Amino acid sequence: MTDDRAVRWILRVYLVLIFAFVFAPILASVVFSFNSQRFPTIPLGHFSLQWYDAILNDPDVWAAVRTSALVSVSTAVLATFIGFCTAYTDYRYGFRFKGAYLALALLPPTIPLIILALAMLAWLSKIGASGHVWSIIIAHTVLCAPFAMAVIRLRLQQMDRNLEPAAWNLGASEWRTMGQVVIPFTKPAIISALCLTAAVSFDEFAVAWFISGLNKTVPVMILEIVTGNIDPQVNAIGTFVFITSITLVVIAQILIMTREDKSGAQT
Amino acid sequence: MADAAHGAGLAKKGGGRPDGYALFFRLPMVFWQLAFFIGPLVFMIAMSFFLVKNYRMVEAFEFANWAKMLGRGYFWDSFLLTLGMATLSTLVVTALAFPASYALAFKVSPTVRRWAIFFLIVPFFTSYLVRTFSWYVILAESGVINAILGFIGLGPYIMLNTKFGTIVGYMTLTLPLVVILQTLSLAHVDRSLIEAAHNLGCGRLRTVFTVIVPLAKVGLIIGAVFCFILSFGDFVSPYYLGGSKPPTLPILIIDTTKSGQQWPRAAVVAIMMMITLLTVAFTAIALAYRRRVK
Repeated sequence: MTDDRAVRWILRVYLVLIFAFVFAPILASVVFSFNSQRFPTIPLGHFSLQWYDAILNDPDVWAAVRTSALVSVSTAVLATFIGFCTAYTDYRYGFRFKGAYLALALLPPTIPLIILALAMLAWLSKIGASGHVWSIIIAHTVLCAPFAMAVIRLRLQQMDRNLEPAAWNLGASEWRTMGQVVIPFTKPAIISALCLTAAVSFDEFAVAWFISGLNKTVPVMILEIVTGNIDPQVNAIGTFVFITSITLVVIAQILIMTREDKSGAQT
Repeated sequence: MADAAHGAGLAKKGGGRPDGYALFFRLPMVFWQLAFFIGPLVFMIAMSFFLVKNYRMVEAFEFANWAKMLGRGYFWDSFLLTLGMATLSTLVVTALAFPASYALAFKVSPTVRRWAIFFLIVPFFTSYLVRTFSWYVILAESGVINAILGFIGLGPYIMLNTKFGTIVGYMTLTLPLVVILQTLSLAHVDRSLIEAAHNLGCGRLRTVFTVIVPLAKVGLIIGAVFCFILSFGDFVSPYYLGGSKPPTLPILIIDTTKSGQQWPRAAVVAIMMMITLLTVAFTAIALAYRRRVK
């Protein structure tokens, strides 16, 4: 039995090390962003807000933040709409070629972004839709819709199969049932999907870099800064990016988790 | 009874020819993915046969780009390097993730497991680019790790622009996802089979490798496949942490696209990558679902 406890403790220490590895770069970036040294090392320099000062006074950063905000909000709405429609279709209908339908819906995340970036650059240039802010929105919607679909599909799984037929039998039309039964039931998942897709879009840089033209998003700007030289401003921008995406993801996950608790209470 | 009623309800509202309501929900995805996902991929295949004249792409059906790319040594150098690094990354990440997933699946409470997965999902949605840059600063010759090692009289070690750096970057990208997928598949292993193995006198390690691993095989292989796909297609780690000499295939795509407008040649590289990934994925899945030979 002592052998068993030893193994248990070794495994726990190992787990802590794995989590340390996963979170080290995130924490390091935050710490370095408040550090006065140009090239951070140990021992750390003194506390400083100079890098934040620099980015706050940089109009290029503000322009990138505006572009990113516009892109991620628009992408979130479009991707969540498409994801909801797909999830509902999968939940409710069976039809020929449904396998192909679902494959089409869920395939994008399995293709490397660099390949999609090249393909979309070529295709959007061909149809005259490259180099605009909405080009990025179009491409990001393709990448994000599968995530929205997955989150909403999981929620629909918990909906009683008889709920919709019950509403129809009571005289509600399909559209009214959708508006007053299905959408309210899936609301936490819809908000969760909005947050997750916004986070994915906010962090995506490969496709955005290829097709954005002069409309840089924040990650594209980071990519261009780090290609040039070591600039600690990146840590300050990075911290801002982390806080934005972590907030979105945590909201999304809390909604997913409360959803589970609620459904437990209902049954 | 309830099932019958529900079946009838669905038959009434859901079967037969789809009405406007059904199409409203079915079509947006089909339209969007055909126009902006399948369209680009098909066009990219066509583009690999186009020609570039005076920096402008001319539609054609020539094998010049294929001959040019596949006939060059540097393409195959890149190809083998990328294949080798992605394979190495898959082996390293799968091996390093397994003890953690094992601990999460069997040695912690369900609440801890849920929170652990929660925390592993978070980095998946945070900027990989910034995390890589962070590693760049940590691993540098005058960076944090060498400073700590310096206190105990070691180093400095060169970690940037090495294969080690690239693997650290790949791990940053893939480790959380692989741990999640492994944990989920291990958590579904039937506990009574493990207890049976113990009762029959099977040792701990032997139980892991002869009972648990075969039972969780599908999930473990799917984790490895995702690790391979992500590492194979990543350009950030080999570029910023690995030094990109020689370039991996994704870096080759960027270089070819961004300089000289040689999009058709980049398309050849991209198609070769797709073929490789499909081959690896299908082989792995065939392996995962192969019927166990008695």
